[in-house]
Amino acid sequence: MRVRRLAAWAALPLAVTLGLTACGSGGGSGGASNPDAAVRIEIAEPQHLVPTNTNETSGSQVLSALFSPLVDYDEANKPHEVAADSVTTSDNKVWTIKLKPGYTFHNGEKVTADNYIDAWNYGAYAPNGQNSSYFFEKVAGYDDLQGETPKAKTLSGLQKVDDLTFTVTLAEPYVDFKSMLGYTAFYPLPEAAFSAPGVLAEGYEQAPIGQGPFKMKGSWQHDAKVEVERYDAFPGQQPKVGGVEFRIYQQPTAAYADVLSDNLDVIKTIPTENLSTAATDLGDRYQQSPASSLQVLAFPTFQEEFSKPEVRKAISMAIDRDEITKSIFKDSQQPARSFVSPVVAGYRENTIGTAGAFDPVKAKAVYEAAGGPKKIELSYNGDGGHKDWIDATCNQLKANLGVDCVGTAEPKFADLLTKLKQKQPVGLFRMGWVMDYPSMENYLGPLYSSTGSSNYYGYSNPEFDKLLAEGARAASEDEAIKKYQAAEDLLAQDMPVIPLRYGQNNFGHSTKVKNVHVDLFDRVDLLKIEIA
Amino acid sequence: MLRFILRRLLQMVLAFFGTTLIVYALMFAGQGDPIQALAGERPVTAAQRAYLTEKYHLDATGVGGFFYRYFDYLGSLVRGDLGQSLTGRQISDILAAAWPVTLKLAVIAMAVTVIFGVTAGVIAAIRRSGVFDHATLVVTLLVLGIPTIVLAPLAQYFLGVRWPIFPPTAGAQPSFYALLLPGIVLGSLSLATALRLTRTSVTENLRADYVRTARSKGLRRRRIVGVHVLRNSLIPVITFLGVELGNLMGGAIITEGVFNVPGVGFNLFRGIRTEDGPLVVGIVSVLVVVYLLSNLVVDVLYAVLDPRIRYE
Repeated sequence: MRVRRLAAWAALPLAVTLGLTACGSGGGSGGASNPDAAVRIEIAEPQHLVPTNTNETSGSQVLSALFSPLVDYDEANKPHEVAADSVTTSDNKVWTIKLKPGYTFHNGEKVTADNYIDAWNYGAYAPNGQNSSYFFEKVAGYDDLQGETPKAKTLSGLQKVDDLTFTVTLAEPYVDFKSMLGYTAFYPLPEAAFSAPGVLAEGYEQAPIGQGPFKMKGSWQHDAKVEVERYDAFPGQQPKVGGVEFRIYQQPTAAYADVLSDNLDVIKTIPTENLSTAATDLGDRYQQSPASSLQVLAFPTFQEEFSKPEVRKAISMAIDRDEITKSIFKDSQQPARSFVSPVVAGYRENTIGTAGAFDPVKAKAVYEAAGGPKKIELSYNGDGGHKDWIDATCNQLKANLGVDCVGTAEPKFADLLTKLKQKQPVGLFRMGWVMDYPSMENYLGPLYSSTGSSNYYGYSNPEFDKLLAEGARAASEDEAIKKYQAAEDLLAQDMPVIPLRYGQNNFGHSTKVKNVHVDLFDRVDLLKIEIA
Repeated sequence: MLRFILRRLLQMVLAFFGTTLIVYALMFAGQGDPIQALAGERPVTAAQRAYLTEKYHLDATGVGGFFYRYFDYLGSLVRGDLGQSLTGRQISDILAAAWPVTLKLAVIAMAVTVIFGVTAGVIAAIRRSGVFDHATLVVTLLVLGIPTIVLAPLAQYFLGVRWPIFPPTAGAQPSFYALLLPGIVLGSLSLATALRLTRTSVTENLRADYVRTARSKGLRRRRIVGVHVLRNSLIPVITFLGVELGNLMGGAIITEGVFNVPGVGFNLFRGIRTEDGPLVVGIVSVLVVVYLLSNLVVDVLYAVLDPRIRYE
């Protein structure tokens, strides 16, 4: 008895001391924050870490730390020079790019015009199989680099003037070329990246050497993380953190749990299942910013029953976009009534006019007058979480048009595209578009021009093609926008697709960081983020 | 004994080729357009398509093409080359990084199962119809009824986020402590089965004639249960655990995803999602070997536990 009581008295101060120490160490690390600490950002396993081979967001998030682009975009999403000193042209065909002096690669090499020319030639050369190869198709000589045994190994349109200047000659004038230069594919590569001219060194991708604000710390630890640290010799704007640890997650819900417990600093996309509780879980650390994505329902215009624009407009009129955005997406997206996103210059609100106004009575009258089909099928990919809104849309069409409607899931988007390429009847199908660079043209050309790379609707309008070409040749961006807007008006008449929703970034961060911005390309702005 | 093991090893070779053929055929049949799947929703350039088609013989289609690709694959496999995934990484590198993590996880799960499952099973059997027996019955029914896809996020939310006892995710180079929660979650399902199995088996053996004989000879209860009963009762339990080891290796897809453990299940999930045929077949081939080996170990253990099996 006595012994036990003694033990209790002895244990009490011990427990108090332990508790105090725990508090002390906890308070110390929390109070005096270290501005040079690294922030931890969630990504998925990148597919590649070579600029011309990276076209998904995780890879380009990492590359945005390692490289500094020629141009970046301001608040209005107009390009301004970063690594370039100037980007000039007199005819939109021959562009002169002058580089800022003082830039060095992380291995000490000076950045010269050759680094850009070599990197771009590597990217454009078809046998290298680079994912972003098509970004160079506007440059003169691109066709000679295609096919199994290309005629040439270098783009004839790239010419070195001096160490810091080179010219790019395009095959056709293109007014938005400067905007394009902000894309990942246009970063330079150091000499060390090549083992022989035109041959990428084995292992470069495991520890890419760039000319950006951060350099690699160690190498890419697959499925685990990529770590970078501040590059002190970077002549541009220095970041406010000492480094970044890009943590690789397979499932966003795991990343979300980590942000909740301050184990991770930034999650770029809050998983859908957590959207409804994010505001209470994170408070003002749950944020939204505009994104460039646009969701549409597309028509196979080559099919008889959908060939009339009146039918297509009537279906658009019968869909209550606002209701679906609110009840299904919990306002994590915004209703869309134009073919281009609000994030680009030249955007106008509600270009589809009456077709975008929800009017079930008129919709039904127009639909019946035009002889629309009695049964409508909506195809979508089952792996992307589209079932809910497709079903809701179907229910609206059933109620408002008096038609029979079914949603058909294909396992993957790729399967849907394969069917479309073979012109199999899939009914209406969902499409999404994310821009490559801020330009109206990027929302119009690839999607609706007769030869567009993503024109799966069989839409072809010579007048539209002509206006796009005129826009690209226009003397100034403002004139180009006028042409593009005229082209968009044609789309509004023909309605090859029904615009439904604009995307938004829904992101969250821990209590350990502040000033978190997610840009239009779903990338965290690494120059703005700070330790809280 | 040696002949027994040799015969089993020979059978394994046949089983290995049979299963890889089936897996390869399934992946081949289920593949839509792997190149497009890799690119997601973006258009694939002609150059990229040509490059990947040639590299992975994707132009070899139909029955002839299937066998061409299968034998091509087997040829490299025999040379010890698992090939490259569609993203260009060596599959052997991927597996070399993933296996140790999954193995650690499986060992923890297995330890949880054996330590808690078998022990509690024995106790429940000895004190049949007692409070402990009834309590474990309820708990095991509960655990068996909740699928991992619910159990794992719940455990993560309550034990990782709400009351931060464990780190919510394991991440890169996880410590033993970080793997403990996913290990327990992974092990809990087989724990319930192991517990019930042990209990039934021990109960039956406690009623057996040899136990009565031993007791009448005056052997102590501890020796009867610990040596005589347990040895005979463990045969079905070990069968179950052996198969379960294989399951733990491959079936960690959900747990590894929820707790962000970069192991085999994590990679298998990505491979399936991106229709990365070479990666999926590579992982599954190795999984087949694991299954076969754990079955071999089970059979050898049988022979150790029951001499009659040895001489068959």
